[in-house]
Amino acid sequence: MPLQNVARELAELLKGSQADYVEAHLEESQTSHLLYRGRELESVGRSEAAGGNVRAMVKGGWGFVCFDRFDDLRGRVEMAIRQARLVGLETSQLASVPPVVDRVEAGLERDPVTIPLAEKKQLLDEYNEIIWQQPEIQTSSIGYGDSRKRSIYLNSQGSFIEQERADISLRIAAVAVRDGDVQQAGLSVGTRGDLAPMRKLHQEVEHLSRHVVALLSAPQAKGGEYTVVLDPVLAGVFVHEAFGHLSESDFVYENEHLRELMKLGKRFGGRELNIMDTAALPGLRGSYRYDDEGVPAARTYLIREGELVGRLHSRETAAKMKEKPTGNARAISYRYPPIVRMSNTYIEPGKVSFADMIGDIKEGIYAKNWYGGTTSMEMFTFSAGEAYLIRNGKIAEALRPVVLTGNVFDTLKNIDAIGDDLDMNEGGGCGKAGQMPLPVSNGSPHIRIRRCLVGGR
Amino acid sequence: MEAILEQAKKSAEAAEVFSVSSEETQVHFEANRLKHLQTKQQTSLALRVIRQGRLGYAITTSPDDYKSLVDNAVETSRFGMEAKFELPLASTYPPIEVLSPDVESVSIEAMVELGEKLIAAVAGHTPGIICEAEVSRGEVSVRLVNSRGGQAAYRKSYFRFGIEGNLTKGTDMLFVGDSHSSCRAVLEPGIVIDNVVQQLEMARSQATVATKSLPVVFTPHGVASALVMPLMAAFNGKTVLEGASPLGQKLGEEVFDRKFQLWDDATVSLRPSSRPCDDEGMPSQRTPLIEAGKVAGFFYDLQTAALAGTRSTGNGSRGHGGLPAPSASAFVIAPGDTTFNDMVGDIREGLVVEQLMGAGQGNILGGDFSGNVLLGYKVENGKIVGRVKDTMVSGNVYQALKESIALGRDVRWVDAFLHTPHIYCPSISVASKG
Repeated sequence: MPLQNVARELAELLKGSQADYVEAHLEESQTSHLLYRGRELESVGRSEAAGGNVRAMVKGGWGFVCFDRFDDLRGRVEMAIRQARLVGLETSQLASVPPVVDRVEAGLERDPVTIPLAEKKQLLDEYNEIIWQQPEIQTSSIGYGDSRKRSIYLNSQGSFIEQERADISLRIAAVAVRDGDVQQAGLSVGTRGDLAPMRKLHQEVEHLSRHVVALLSAPQAKGGEYTVVLDPVLAGVFVHEAFGHLSESDFVYENEHLRELMKLGKRFGGRELNIMDTAALPGLRGSYRYDDEGVPAARTYLIREGELVGRLHSRETAAKMKEKPTGNARAISYRYPPIVRMSNTYIEPGKVSFADMIGDIKEGIYAKNWYGGTTSMEMFTFSAGEAYLIRNGKIAEALRPVVLTGNVFDTLKNIDAIGDDLDMNEGGGCGKAGQMPLPVSNGSPHIRIRRCLVGGR
Repeated sequence: MEAILEQAKKSAEAAEVFSVSSEETQVHFEANRLKHLQTKQQTSLALRVIRQGRLGYAITTSPDDYKSLVDNAVETSRFGMEAKFELPLASTYPPIEVLSPDVESVSIEAMVELGEKLIAAVAGHTPGIICEAEVSRGEVSVRLVNSRGGQAAYRKSYFRFGIEGNLTKGTDMLFVGDSHSSCRAVLEPGIVIDNVVQQLEMARSQATVATKSLPVVFTPHGVASALVMPLMAAFNGKTVLEGASPLGQKLGEEVFDRKFQLWDDATVSLRPSSRPCDDEGMPSQRTPLIEAGKVAGFFYDLQTAALAGTRSTGNGSRGHGGLPAPSASAFVIAPGDTTFNDMVGDIREGLVVEQLMGAGQGNILGGDFSGNVLLGYKVENGKIVGRVKDTMVSGNVYQALKESIALGRDVRWVDAFLHTPHIYCPSISVASKG
């Protein structure tokens, strides 16, 4: 049955439903992937998925049902409502949003999924060839994935939104071995369905493969506190982990202590620090017109001139905190309920040039590219793909990759220089509450952090 | 499924159809109160073909439309890897108990009550703590048929509950938590409550630690968060085949402390990680990985084993919509004879690490781990004196587990994938904000 027809049938069922609020998501997606391990194309495949969910709210309690078959829609709506009724004991609170009827196209010249696998394979072969030209490369891995998704959101308040989106992600990693010592390096990029930027990575791939071999003779950093300069990519991961997750108000809204701690107006950093989250920028991986509760994308300052001025909301958290909804409720697929997530999160550019930033550092670390990051809200870690010593104002020898850690209540205050060179990182994806990977982007100019704790031996 | 197999056989030499369907019910508590109730139904159907000697693959959630499934699998076989193995013939599987009828009959009310008990106990112990709790039950049904007559079908049930508590005072946040899972319904939350209460007791005060090398006790959660990921990568037959495992050339060599024993086991009864056969239809087994400190073996799927000139160990797993690949079922580390109290009692200055955050983000293949101590305690003169913060622990598993380690007498499951005692390492690098 076409998705449209299912949606119309559901819309009728939702109209007369006995709940404070009911919404449904329907989705159809196609994906393709190619995975190289070493020189072999190890896995190549295509997938198709279709399904939906119904989520209902009764007296503050939620019920959620997801399914892969579009039969018995009435039964599924009733089940979600029955579940919500079992849970609900209080009053439902949802920020009011005008009902929206709209249709958003993916706006692509070419659907990435339908591009022949042979064309994608040829590109990946070129990259693999570059990696293997270096001596001492032991193995490589290249993972390419694309998807195209059509979804329909509708709710009991009359919204009916069709959206299409496409996504591409690519991760390239190389492993070098010498005398049983194994080193690895990688790069990760993504786009909103456009393959063109993925065709121009030859230089990056060559740098990556040279770097991983160089790591074999690089020393390990000694653990301790350093003045650290982060490149825009790693600083983007830093702002995502260090502050972005703490701004997601589902963590805060039911917790009196945290609400007190995260009061608007609280100072987190210097006057030069501005942090923004917005899904309203066109063409980025974290962008969308409407979130998964039908709320239009907004521009939300999280920090302005060092002070906490905003946070990210779902309709429920916004109502409970008496703030405006920001359109940040997102789900990775119809198999999950929407939860509060970031979109495109970045530190706004300042005025300091890179040369000035490192110029007066006697001994420090320049950390570039990301490998990973995670947070417990108060404390967070993020790891660099590349690291170099800074000695007497100059970038010196390569170090083995470092893991850095910080504490949100003092690390942001220790940022003492913000560069003039904002750049967005669109690689990887974000994970939260079992929903991973969600396409997001993050970014920053170069930043300098004093007294940053670095792990090492 | 048989119809798809017949259709696929028309354009391929060999074919295999694999289907999984699952249904899960979950109750979720937020901020100490019941908040969500969820039911998830999922089905997926995967087709693998060998056509002109090459592997093709496709997966779908709509089994009715099997024409495009077959077309997609055939298209991808043009680029696929050369198949070096043959699909397994019909065989008998070990009788492994993974289905318990009591799970299905647990009522939602009973699940809610279990969650309420968890929260009441933890919040009763520490006023002001804000807890999230989850209780879920589910059933998975797996079927596999291939063109050589191999076939398998089994059902597995699972029941899981867990709690996470957050205590915020000023700008200080403490996170504690534990969970329990089984193929059987477990309605008694005592074990989890005891562990969380013990964490709260040990974290009651704060302590600081200097930047230097110190003895560290990894609790079972600590072992899971710091030490196991590098080992899972190194014993993976595929890493070995690529030459990227530091252990690849060391079969039979003594690399670890002689007390250290490790195996992979998909046959433990009533464990959610167990199953009668893997996702390729190979019988489950217990695979020795480290015996008396010596590297004893690696784990494989069919293709990797064939390329390496060995046999599959029944570790073929299907990840996110891809082809089967070797994956650990459950790692089991043998217990030793030291109690946790004796380990702590032996330390003049050191740490107990319960959760290391971000340790999986470094050079896993090389054996490195480096992370922030999310939950850990300082030991002074044989006593736990409080929780440490803003502290990093870094090391390399091949050095940390090489010698003079001590293994705990008591073992437990951590999540579904690890059964381990406490592990004491005499010297690990610690860095702290001074």
